[in-house]
Amino acid sequence: MEDLLKLNIIELSDLLKKREITSVELTNFYLERIKKYDQYIQSYLMVTGEKALDMAREANKRIEKGEAGRLEGIPLGIKDILCTKGMETTCASRILKGFIPPYDATVIKRLHGDGYVHLGRLNMDEFAMGSSTENSAYQVTKNPWALDRIPGGSSGGSAAATAAGLCVASLGTDTGGSIRQPAGLCGVVGMKPTYGRVSRYGLVAFASSLDQIGPLTRNVIDCAVVMNTIAGHDPLDSTSIPQPVPDYTEMLGRDIKGMRVGIPKEYFIQGIEPDVNQSVKEALSILERNGATIVDISLPHTEYAVATYYIICTAEASSNLARYDGVKYGLRVEGKDIIEMYKRTRFAGFGKEVKRRIILGTYVLSSGYYDAYYRKAGQVRTLIRRDFEEVFRTCDVIATPVSPTTAFKIGEKADDPLQMYLSDIFTIPVNLAGLPAISVPCGLDSSSLPIGLQIIGQPLDEARILQVAYVIEQEKKLKKIPDRYLT
Amino acid sequence: MKITSETVEYVAHLARLELAREEIDLYTNQLNSILDYMDALNRLDTQGIEPTSHPMPLNCVMRDDDIRESFTVEASTQNAPERIGSFFKVPPIIEVEE
Repeated sequence: MEDLLKLNIIELSDLLKKREITSVELTNFYLERIKKYDQYIQSYLMVTGEKALDMAREANKRIEKGEAGRLEGIPLGIKDILCTKGMETTCASRILKGFIPPYDATVIKRLHGDGYVHLGRLNMDEFAMGSSTENSAYQVTKNPWALDRIPGGSSGGSAAATAAGLCVASLGTDTGGSIRQPAGLCGVVGMKPTYGRVSRYGLVAFASSLDQIGPLTRNVIDCAVVMNTIAGHDPLDSTSIPQPVPDYTEMLGRDIKGMRVGIPKEYFIQGIEPDVNQSVKEALSILERNGATIVDISLPHTEYAVATYYIICTAEASSNLARYDGVKYGLRVEGKDIIEMYKRTRFAGFGKEVKRRIILGTYVLSSGYYDAYYRKAGQVRTLIRRDFEEVFRTCDVIATPVSPTTAFKIGEKADDPLQMYLSDIFTIPVNLAGLPAISVPCGLDSSSLPIGLQIIGQPLDEARILQVAYVIEQEKKLKKIPDRYLT
Repeated sequence: MKITSETVEYVAHLARLELAREEIDLYTNQLNSILDYMDALNRLDTQGIEPTSHPMPLNCVMRDDDIRESFTVEASTQNAPERIGSFFKVPPIIEVEE
């Protein structure tokens, strides 16, 4: 049965269609693995075993009728930020405890349409605010490669569950690196699509001009397959791009001869760990050996990205999170009048980091400071966007490390928010510019912790960055799941 | 020091957020160092540069004004902490003189 973990979704679908295995068997295989290993990793906030088996039985029926969808019978884990009809969705926050969405997010609807099986909801930093998943109100998820280390965040549950083989693949969300950074630190593939490529309808909003949903998978093919299902225009999201979706698997395996890969000098700085530097350089030489041309480029406003990001994202968050007021859903703490009720509810319902960001965001938007912070950040965002537009005249994709370090220890940065923010230094500019980017494993450091390579593409050029990531994956042939989860 | 604990308290009030005394002190310190870091942006001359509010500008997205199925009152209010029939119930908003 353990061999099932090595198969990609296309191969699993073949086995299912040939009736060599049923979806119920596959689902039970994963439910048993969760039972066995998730006590150590704590990636799931809730396992929906009965629901999963119901969906698997439905999948079996559709397969028998020859009506199988692209993900028919494939068990997936879902980050606890995507509304799922009739199933609790909490954003790992106390303030949404018990919230049962009356509708499905568009991505969930699309997964349903293609026949997926819902294993459960995965842990995250509260409201996706964090880089370590330590900000969950419920539990601390561990990195499957070293249980005393963080899995990254905010989609840490999604990355850890995928890396430990506790789901075939998962969905996460990425506002400043929240898919790519945990994918990098857990040794899996993670993609943040172009802003607007995947509908945000039903994604609980954190920073609306930055948020995107994307897959975390154990291989590049699965990433492309899940993208085929979730990408596309949605009239329910007015920022959704009305462009046709290509078959993302089509470019995989095509050679990259003549492709120009830009290497921004600002991403190879002091503070980057030597092992990370080494591994990323090796990955670049793989691309060169396969016929790509390495082009030295400069993105001069990189150093301003983190400051810009934390002004914009906290401003948007303070506005988005105003809706948690104890009236329409979630927690309520009574008070003598409505203002006191709001204040007490929000005091009791939000965690430390969320409150910090609401205060910062309210401050940068408050009268007298708006121009100095929010407007200024918007202008610098324009400069960062232009940096990318400029370099894409001379290169087709950009390659960088995902993070300056490998996974850090649990607790190491928990008391220093600025240090935590700086760990996203290489992923944040991509969100500000709305570009697609993928994190693909490219090696292990001297303590056997995964290292990720980030490949950034032009708007809507997801197929090309998948193609480049596939070259790295095929040459590196890295172990997908740590041995201890294979016994 | 860019901001004092009074500023944090005032902003928390604007955000309808109660804070514990320790939180006010902690956030005052942390926000000062974060805001100092953000001062780096002032090194850039951004005069005349249009701010970006959305990375992929799609302007004036319209849809047909069709009648579509919407949520029922029950579905819309089912998660309310307190309700009366089809209404959300909240504490008094306007004071009534007795």
